[in-house]
Amino acid sequence: MEREVILSVRDLEVSFPKGKGRFIAVRDANFDIYKGETFALVGESGSGKTTIGRSIIRINPTSKGKIIFEGKVINEKLSAEEDRQVIKNIQMIFQDPATSLNERATIDYIISEGLVNFKMFKSQEERKEKVVKSLAEVGLLQEHVTRYPHEFSGGQRQRIGIARAMIMEPKLIIADEPISALDVSIRAQVLNLMKALQEEKGLTYLFIAHDLSVVRFISDRIAVIHLGRIVELANTADLFLHPLHPYTRSLLSAVPMPDPISEKAKELMVYTENLHDYSVHQPSFVEITPGHFVWANEPELEQYRELLK
Amino acid sequence: MEKNVILSVRDLVVKFHVRDRILTAIRNISLDLYENETLAIVGESGSGKTVMTKTFTGMLESNGFIAGGKIFFEGRDLAAITSNKEWEKIRGIKIATVFQDPMSSLNPIRSIGSQITEVIKKHQGKDGAEAKQLAIDLMNRVGIPNAADRFNEYPFQYSGGMRQRIVIAIALACRPQILICDEPTTALDVTIQAQILQLIKDLQKEFHFTTIYITHDLGVVANVAQRVAVMYAGQIVEYGTAEEIFYSPKHPYTWALLSSLPQLGIKGERLYSIPGTPPSLFNEVKGDAFAPRNPYAIGIDFEEEPPFFQISQTHQAKTWLLDPRAPKVEPPVAIRDLHGRITAILKGQVSK
Repeated sequence: MEREVILSVRDLEVSFPKGKGRFIAVRDANFDIYKGETFALVGESGSGKTTIGRSIIRINPTSKGKIIFEGKVINEKLSAEEDRQVIKNIQMIFQDPATSLNERATIDYIISEGLVNFKMFKSQEERKEKVVKSLAEVGLLQEHVTRYPHEFSGGQRQRIGIARAMIMEPKLIIADEPISALDVSIRAQVLNLMKALQEEKGLTYLFIAHDLSVVRFISDRIAVIHLGRIVELANTADLFLHPLHPYTRSLLSAVPMPDPISEKAKELMVYTENLHDYSVHQPSFVEITPGHFVWANEPELEQYRELLK
Repeated sequence: MEKNVILSVRDLVVKFHVRDRILTAIRNISLDLYENETLAIVGESGSGKTVMTKTFTGMLESNGFIAGGKIFFEGRDLAAITSNKEWEKIRGIKIATVFQDPMSSLNPIRSIGSQITEVIKKHQGKDGAEAKQLAIDLMNRVGIPNAADRFNEYPFQYSGGMRQRIVIAIALACRPQILICDEPTTALDVTIQAQILQLIKDLQKEFHFTTIYITHDLGVVANVAQRVAVMYAGQIVEYGTAEEIFYSPKHPYTWALLSSLPQLGIKGERLYSIPGTPPSLFNEVKGDAFAPRNPYAIGIDFEEEPPFFQISQTHQAKTWLLDPRAPKVEPPVAIRDLHGRITAILKGQVSK
């Protein structure tokens, strides 16, 4: 079955000015996101995962390559109407619910700001109805509309952030570490909510995270990114069962599991780039088994194929 | 085996003045800390884990005060200390703390080297050259590459993980007997977190200090702890060895915490989430504080506070479910065979 691609990233490079030259934050990024799936970008701080997310919603300008959303290249000059469509259809949920909401605005204002900008209602009644409905979807009450962000707990604020994204009826949601700032007991609630909304509305998520254990639970496919380069991409089960790239393996070994027996028997793998000898054979991003990509050169691929047998 | 108690908390009550109201943050905690062990304190934010350990070093915020109880350490009662001078003989020297955010615990405008030597000079009475050498040794010991060259650098030139290593070096400069690690790795990446946890373990073997970990991450607890105390709403509700807490937990709150872990989640299923919110500690809590959120709560939970029930020599839980008269309740399916389940998940054998 051919699945519909909603977003393609091709040879993407994002760079920032640094001194007289430029610092390349993301290089040669290539991936497709299918409609209705949850695609995760996993990496450590500074790996460029957030930069990719931000360049998709066009906060960060790109320096090379293409971002294609629903068949249209979006990282170049768009007509005003196309621009509006992209803004409406790609929404973002931010990491820190404490700083991503306007402290001086009521919940009503925060959630309906997008509706107002896009004139997505015919009357004030309809606007209010939409706000209340989207609040209800995330488990908040009608009486909350007149309150201010500081009156809510972290988990509730994250729900407001989700409602604000959902009300635009987007097709793709970029969730940048949506639960890392939340308390343990709240994380489960927010993950469940995101899952339920996805099923109900057929949403596609790009989930950006550093925590592989959370990612395993929520995503269909995972890309692992290290220092601006995607080193491995596979569906979730394959990545956990047959991690190939040594960085992926070190990341997996570092995730603490709530199980003293396996934790205490665990051996830590430390990854350095010196593990690779790329002096003779140049590495590239190769599909080693269907849907499983890895950044490696010929001798390494040989080794990985051996591992997969 | 007889273990020496190094610090002992009895009936500790801590309160705060907040805008003309009194908040009770710690409600009657008793706890023994054994020499050379690693104890992890887990709980949600606001459960009082940090507040409790702050009383060990006299670092309560100015609106907080110890309203009752004693903290015995080296034959004296820390709860009775009032002068800062007295505290300076304990804080940092005998009981040191490593905080969550390494950027805000270092002085940004002083070099790394001077911040370490300051402590060595003050507490060990060493002079310049000798103090510098000791500082460089310590930096080497906590895994700073090219320590001598990086001695004169500033915190902003260090990465997050390296800064946390420096904070640990400073904490260890006085050879404390107790090291309190308050969410030491929450601000760090997983791979760096794993290295820091390993470093603290190695240093503990070498320097023989006792470690208290404060964390909300049960993965970290499984990695480091020998003993675990679970806190809820200002009380410890369950104590036990790490194995007892993970493999045969007795308190419904511990069950709930474990069940809601995304690590245990199976794709396509809903994760368990704890309903409701913790009680307001401005009001007096009646009965078991967890009762309103507890699907296993029985009538008496809303009336009377449960006592501790002894399960084994090392394992105690504060829940009426352990009373012989209470109905028999099995823990949730998801956590009945935690080790089996996690092994299966890691091997990809669990599916919807």
